[in-house]
Amino acid sequence: MSRLQSVETGQISPIFGKLRWDSIPFSEPLPLVAAGLVGAVVLATLGWAWKRGYMPYLWKEWITSVDHKKIGIMYCAMAAVMLLRGFSDALLMRSQQAIAYNSPGYLPPEHYDQIFSAHGTIMIFFVAMPFMIGLMNFVLPLQLGIRDVAFPTLNSVSFWLTAAGALLVNVSLVVGEFAKTGWVVYPPLSELRFSPGVGVDYYLWALQISGVGTLLSGVNLVTTILKMRAPGMGYTRMPMFCWTSLATNLLIVAAFPILTATLAMLTLDRYLGFHFFTNEAGGNQMMFVNLIWAWGHPEVYILILPAFGIFSEVVSTFSGKPLFGYRSMILATMVICLLSFMVWLHHFFTMGAGADVNGFFGITTMIIAVPTGVKVFNWLFTMYGGRIRFTTPMLWSIGFMVTFVIGGMTGVLLAVPPADFVLHNSVFLVAHFHNVIIGGVLFGAFAGTTYWWPKAFGFTLDETWGKRAFWFWITGFYLAFMPLYVLGLMGMTRRLQHYDVPGWQPWLIAAGGGALLILCGIACQIRMIWVSIRNREHLVDASGDPWDGRTLEWITSSPPPAFNFAALPHVEGEEAYWDIKSSARDRRQLSDLPDYDHFEMPRNSPTGIVTAFFATAMGFALVWHIWWLVILGFLGAWATFVVFAWRDEAEYQVTAEEAEAIDRDRREAKARLLDIPMERPA
Amino acid sequence: MSAATTAPSPSSPSASGKGDPNRLGHGTVPISEQGPAPKRIVVAYGFWIFLLSDFIMFAGFFAAYAVLVGATAGGPTGTDVFELPLVAAETVLLLLSSFACGLAGIAAVQRSTRWFQVAMAATALLGAAFLACELYEFTHLIGEGAGPGRSAFLSAFFALVGCHGVHVTLGLVWLTTMMAQVWAKGFRDDILRRIACFSLFWHALDIIWVALFTVVYLMGAGGA
Amino acid sequence: MLAAPLLVLHGCSSGILDPAGPVAAGNKTVLVNALIIMLGIVVPTILATLAFAWWFRAGNARAKFRPDFTYSGKIELLVWSVPALVIIFLAGLTWTSSHALAPEKPLESRVRPVTVQVIALDWKWLFIYPEQGIATVNRLVVPVGTPINFRITSGTVMNSFFVPQLGSQIYAMSGMDSKLHLQADRPGRYRGLSAHYSGEHFADMTFFVDAVPPAAFQRWAASAHGQGPVLDGPTFLRLAEADSLAQPVTFRAVMPRLYDRIVANGGAPVRETAKSGRESKH
Repeated sequence: MSRLQSVETGQISPIFGKLRWDSIPFSEPLPLVAAGLVGAVVLATLGWAWKRGYMPYLWKEWITSVDHKKIGIMYCAMAAVMLLRGFSDALLMRSQQAIAYNSPGYLPPEHYDQIFSAHGTIMIFFVAMPFMIGLMNFVLPLQLGIRDVAFPTLNSVSFWLTAAGALLVNVSLVVGEFAKTGWVVYPPLSELRFSPGVGVDYYLWALQISGVGTLLSGVNLVTTILKMRAPGMGYTRMPMFCWTSLATNLLIVAAFPILTATLAMLTLDRYLGFHFFTNEAGGNQMMFVNLIWAWGHPEVYILILPAFGIFSEVVSTFSGKPLFGYRSMILATMVICLLSFMVWLHHFFTMGAGADVNGFFGITTMIIAVPTGVKVFNWLFTMYGGRIRFTTPMLWSIGFMVTFVIGGMTGVLLAVPPADFVLHNSVFLVAHFHNVIIGGVLFGAFAGTTYWWPKAFGFTLDETWGKRAFWFWITGFYLAFMPLYVLGLMGMTRRLQHYDVPGWQPWLIAAGGGALLILCGIACQIRMIWVSIRNREHLVDASGDPWDGRTLEWITSSPPPAFNFAALPHVEGEEAYWDIKSSARDRRQLSDLPDYDHFEMPRNSPTGIVTAFFATAMGFALVWHIWWLVILGFLGAWATFVVFAWRDEAEYQVTAEEAEAIDRDRREAKARLLDIPMERPA
Repeated sequence: MSAATTAPSPSSPSASGKGDPNRLGHGTVPISEQGPAPKRIVVAYGFWIFLLSDFIMFAGFFAAYAVLVGATAGGPTGTDVFELPLVAAETVLLLLSSFACGLAGIAAVQRSTRWFQVAMAATALLGAAFLACELYEFTHLIGEGAGPGRSAFLSAFFALVGCHGVHVTLGLVWLTTMMAQVWAKGFRDDILRRIACFSLFWHALDIIWVALFTVVYLMGAGGA
Repeated sequence: MLAAPLLVLHGCSSGILDPAGPVAAGNKTVLVNALIIMLGIVVPTILATLAFAWWFRAGNARAKFRPDFTYSGKIELLVWSVPALVIIFLAGLTWTSSHALAPEKPLESRVRPVTVQVIALDWKWLFIYPEQGIATVNRLVVPVGTPINFRITSGTVMNSFFVPQLGSQIYAMSGMDSKLHLQADRPGRYRGLSAHYSGEHFADMTFFVDAVPPAAFQRWAASAHGQGPVLDGPTFLRLAEADSLAQPVTFRAVMPRLYDRIVANGGAPVRETAKSGRESKH
């Protein structure tokens, strides 16, 4: 079994596997200093929390929470932190390319190649996905009028497994290395022969671990949407965000297993000498490309569909009108969901499949543009005849509509094979996908965060800093990526550590300037959060409905009680809360008091974080071939599940009286909002 | 018009059958509007969705096998290495194991701990016998130089059949845990739900096995 | 928004908007046509977005508030059918152009083609002229106005053979024999590169295509026989081992069927079970 031996130097130790002192990059200042700084910040924060006595609170209320709202917030917080990490990779890349004309720059290929691989991996798996999953987690039960998702403890496990994956990727900065293959790890480059280090292994295990979390989350949310909605909420009475979330989670359930299988095959190649994708013994590198994109294309729809849902909610709320063409939107969403599985070959038109195959997939790719266009037009006509308020979420939405349409257009251009033959893998492609991911997913995340922030925390975000952030981000985006379209047309390919064409440099410097503007945008967002927290008494959302909302989450108080609804609402129309509110306004009277009843809520549990702890240990051990730790980690994870399964007290009861008392405050706040008397006439 | 009322009773039958056109006893309100489903249904439904995702993962391995079945790199082909009598024995063992699992399910419905444990033990033994056969097959092949590192075809074979075997192994771990749970706590509601999920899992592995021995062994030994 | 830089670029050379051959011209035409068609939808949509947002702002008392405007059959018909029609049109363009510009399709010409076999190596390009019996590294000399029949493979990981001004790229993969047909219609020096990241010195994988009059090509091929090393087995292995080359190299003779052997053996000159990849380079 020579493959188990360290390819670089001699034997592996039974205790430490392939781990050595020189696995830590003592000789390289940049990653070491960066890691040191981050480590210092993390330790300082933890120390501060410890000293102030927050740790029991954090453990009890957040870390072991199975409340979908808390889990959603933690997902978004993790995404925001990882955005900073991924963005610093972007700054490094932009600055390197700005100076590396006929020059080696300051990042040798050894580093630069890890940086662009980490940038893509982190942004897709640990920023965009957690943002969307976090928002879906927070909002769905509230919009569906129920108390939690189908499997609350599993939800916690999903979050913590995702965090474990993020942790592993960041550990690779300090111990070992990351993959140097790009974020899709094509073989043969990613095979052991051409990537003998541990970088690809970190990638594989981080994604397998977080992939389990994502898949379980998909199962959880599909079941929630299809089997748990408030009484009366038939399918065509669900808010649009719930429909797009349904499509998203169906895609997760259908696509992520393909990723699991494909990464497992590459793992078998690297660890046990299998020949799925190797150059010798019959391996087939083209099969990897097909399999990975059979997952990869649905993945990008997994990213964008929740954002589409967010925009539907935001545009309709801030236009003061219901969404235009609701049923058409449902149809368009489900068509996109289905078609997303039929276009994957457009990621490799240049692999030589022949004109018939290329033509077919080019056409299917264009067909997807039709329902997407329908959605854009429906948002347009939602605005038409509305009374539009330019709040921060609405600005993000309008920015999205303009920006995403450009990105979609360049996507359709790339879908024409002969055009792709000259643009494939160029920075034109890089500009296209950043156009749709930043303009779509990230703008959607920001719109959603600012829109639902008051619901989560009880106070709105500062509008001034929010708007400043928006303007920096959008101008920064255009300045950073429009030059990349030009450069692609000039023949510049992606992932270049240096270049020798003088005409490229001015454009790359401009792109670097754009990145700096985005940095200002991020700084404004941090300032926005800081200022809002300091000023939260003035920004308080007392009524629970700061935006004159239309969907059920706005009927709850801000933040809602753990159980969301003291009594599940009975839904009779498409815009459940709007109907209730309008009726109350018209009658000058709140809706009738419901019959309060006792109900059960799930207890918190440390299962999530403990499982993730063992998963992290297993992942790290697998990377470094520390087999005893792998076994221990597996046993620990299994033991955790057994302990969880053994508990006798899975739930706690909320009495009707407690529920009624809490609900009375909520009803009073709503009465004040609508300016109607609380006590009804006898 | 008050919008927040208690839900109308879902179980009142209606002469017109509105919302219940096939008279299944759903009442006038369609299921989609009856509010959150009971836990038993939610858990089983969610587990089905998970099983479907597992099928898709197997589909990935099946696809790889189909692509690589001819990539024997000058080494052994399916005809050379597949021993159909052994596969037949494995199939019988697995099917009997599923049957025993079905009996365990009936015992759970009857709330008979004794017969439950007996049936589950039979399930486990038959499942373990299946695994033993498979382990024998694998070690034999590796000993003959037909291990997964020999060619892409063999890699795909070992991965696909091995993936199924890993699922059976994890199933056995789950099975023994369920036996311990029932022994310690009896047929509590949540334990019954988990037994239902386990049964689904075990039968699903059977379905995969049928596909597996058809595509890999029967088609491979027959004409590759 | 995209049109402006395109106009700016039209003066710039060396990119895909400055084609030097029929294939590149075809690629560019398809790209520009598709762009113009798409702009026809995209520009009005963007303008409408900004216009609606501005006109229907809450402060505008002249705008009519229509909270019941949530459905319109006519608009539905329009928003589904207009994009569908455009896509049907584009689909036709896609199908015909995919076939017309298929890389494996030989170019129509009365001139006899020249065959070039391309082997992507770590971090250089090897070009073999089987009919002329010579080979070069990182410099491709071709006769103007002559179809070049490329056969492309890799002696290492995946790469992509791409000369932007001559047109379409195609992947270079070990064990595979990709076919590409290009032609240079005007003399000049054109930049070539690998368009698929392949590792540490990927950025150095640039090469030059020198398109010269046919007579000059014949003279060059003949003179190459007289000087330079021979590309035999050991030389090939040494070539494959080197990280990248500072200067192009020309070989005066090539071992027979080298390209075919590389393809048949999955990227190596002989069948191998042992690894002879990049670990040694670290």
